[in-house]
Amino acid sequence: MADNTANSGFMNNPVVKWIEYRLPVFSTLDHMVGSQYPTPKNLSYWWNFGSLAGLCLVIQILTGIVLVMHYTPHTTLAFDSVEHIMRDVNYGWLLRYMHANGASMFFIVVYIHIFRGLYYGSYKSPREILWFLGLIIFLLMMATAFMGYVLPWGQMSFWGATVITNLFSAFPIVGEPIVTWLWGGFAVDNPTLNRFFSLHYLLPFVIVGIVILHVLALHQHGSNNPMGIDTKGPQDRIPFHPYYTIKDAFGVGVFLIFFALVLFYFPNVLGHPDNYVPANPLVTPAHIVPEWYFLPFYAILRSVPDKLGGVLLMFGAILILFLLPWLDTSKVRSAKFRPIYKQLFWVFVLVCALLTWAGGKPAEGYYLIVARFCTAYYFLHLLVLMPLVGWFEKPLKLPSSISEPVLASDKA
Amino acid sequence: MISKSMRAIVAALVIGATAPALAAGDAPKPPAQNWSFKGPFGTFDRAELQRGYQVYKEVCAACHSMKYVAFRNLRDIGFSEAEVKALAATFEVTDGPNDAGDMFQRPGLPQDKFPSPFPNEKAARASNGGAYPLDLSLIAKARGHGYDGDGADYLRALLTGYQDAPAGFALGEGLSYNAYFPGHQIAMPKPLNEDQVTYADGTKATVEQMAHDVSAFLTWAAEPKLEERKRMGFKVIIFLLVLTGLFFAAKKRIWAKLH
Repeated sequence: MADNTANSGFMNNPVVKWIEYRLPVFSTLDHMVGSQYPTPKNLSYWWNFGSLAGLCLVIQILTGIVLVMHYTPHTTLAFDSVEHIMRDVNYGWLLRYMHANGASMFFIVVYIHIFRGLYYGSYKSPREILWFLGLIIFLLMMATAFMGYVLPWGQMSFWGATVITNLFSAFPIVGEPIVTWLWGGFAVDNPTLNRFFSLHYLLPFVIVGIVILHVLALHQHGSNNPMGIDTKGPQDRIPFHPYYTIKDAFGVGVFLIFFALVLFYFPNVLGHPDNYVPANPLVTPAHIVPEWYFLPFYAILRSVPDKLGGVLLMFGAILILFLLPWLDTSKVRSAKFRPIYKQLFWVFVLVCALLTWAGGKPAEGYYLIVARFCTAYYFLHLLVLMPLVGWFEKPLKLPSSISEPVLASDKA
Repeated sequence: MISKSMRAIVAALVIGATAPALAAGDAPKPPAQNWSFKGPFGTFDRAELQRGYQVYKEVCAACHSMKYVAFRNLRDIGFSEAEVKALAATFEVTDGPNDAGDMFQRPGLPQDKFPSPFPNEKAARASNGGAYPLDLSLIAKARGHGYDGDGADYLRALLTGYQDAPAGFALGEGLSYNAYFPGHQIAMPKPLNEDQVTYADGTKATVEQMAHDVSAFLTWAAEPKLEERKRMGFKVIIFLLVLTGLFFAAKKRIWAKLH
């Protein structure tokens, strides 16, 4: 590798050498995210969102650990302790707003990351397990975020928890016992808050574990790339460090500016005003809505008149993504070379956006019609259009290597 | 048949996009005010907040609690330490138990939270015809959507929105008509009347003036760190712009080696 010399000074430092001889931590890092990790040379800025998701996870864990030092998981004290954080703890307002908006940032980043994978076929062979691990992380994130939203014990915390846990009652026979078991009683109450707090602290570390596997699976075959073709040799690859470390650093800067704008100037826009009202089991809010990142799934849930059907369809909407490597019958990874799939991809993005919008509206009238149409299209796209397009679409001619078009565009 | 359902779908998309105004209820949108705390460099107007505190103390606090705000917090809106001490001392608070095991009354101290007018929700309801006067600590955030001043816009509109019920409107027993309250029937009687308070700074205490001042005060009470937040945000973003610029330059330079 041409850039071995860049690190040789560091690696020849006597202290580094002494440690490296006993614990190969520096060479391991160098192989993971350093000069010894070869990466396709043509990754676009859409490939920044993986490292950004990692950053979000770290921000959430660090702010969360400090918040826990001041938070009290009890129904009579939780809301007060959050206000204590907001008013009396040094920079408590900053920590809490970082954590609450950080969750939204995490989902924005991860949604872009997932759609990037969809566009460039990053789930296809040999990266199926990489895709599965990503979906598992997504599911764990949803569970973690849901339970975290319950902790401030505001009106939406309480009623969101009530609605979502009640979904399990839709299952015949086992439904009611499951709900009682989840609640730790016969209503959402202190035992529920306590176990959600416990799990909200636990799951992020489970996510860290799966992230390590996700990175391990990524490194097995390396990143996919905008061409969607395999790297053919050293001319197609560049070392991760310094090329992608600096590119990721730039992406982090842009991301943090966006995060800071929301955090410092619109810290409550993504939340619900009712969560500044303490939980009251006797007063049901006019419209119970989850956090924005759950809205597409909430729209799918409510678009089915039957409760069990809605629950199954909602979980199905996520679980179906595990089948994507087989539902997509095209051998071509990147939508760049798939003229029909490319159009359908953007329709799919639009439909997901419409589902998000419809999920935030009352399930009635035209909102419900939009939600139902989009729900039907969501499944139509994944179950019918993807296999059919893969069979009948005539893809454009693939370049023989990554370097070929890169070099060609350089000359132009 | 198909074209009919397609037309319905297209119509749904178009109408759905225009429908939120209808779905929000029949209450009109509160007129947006030019609050001093709006915008990236917004700050609270101390004189306005002090007038607002006076309205809160002399009018709202008769029924509403504000349990998350302490007397010491009033330093933030321009009261001196001595003023805060003197002000707190005008309130009686329950403390204890003492060495004999009894609760006792003592004059308020700066670290005390604002005492609540009623010992509990039941007592509050009993004195207010069954209605519960909400705690006002967070009302400005609970009635907005997170945008600067939208909570205050609503509160100001509500406080000035009392009017006679239109002909044919069936008003419930003991309720008042309010143009801005969802459903228009509010349990709180019209709280502000001309010259209800006498402002120390000589400002004329019109209903609009008092509503404006107290809405600003309630915004401060709900988000006391607003100024600190915006000041820090400006510094952080300037720092990040420079840092990101440096990263971009470094990226350009490092990638230039590739060609």
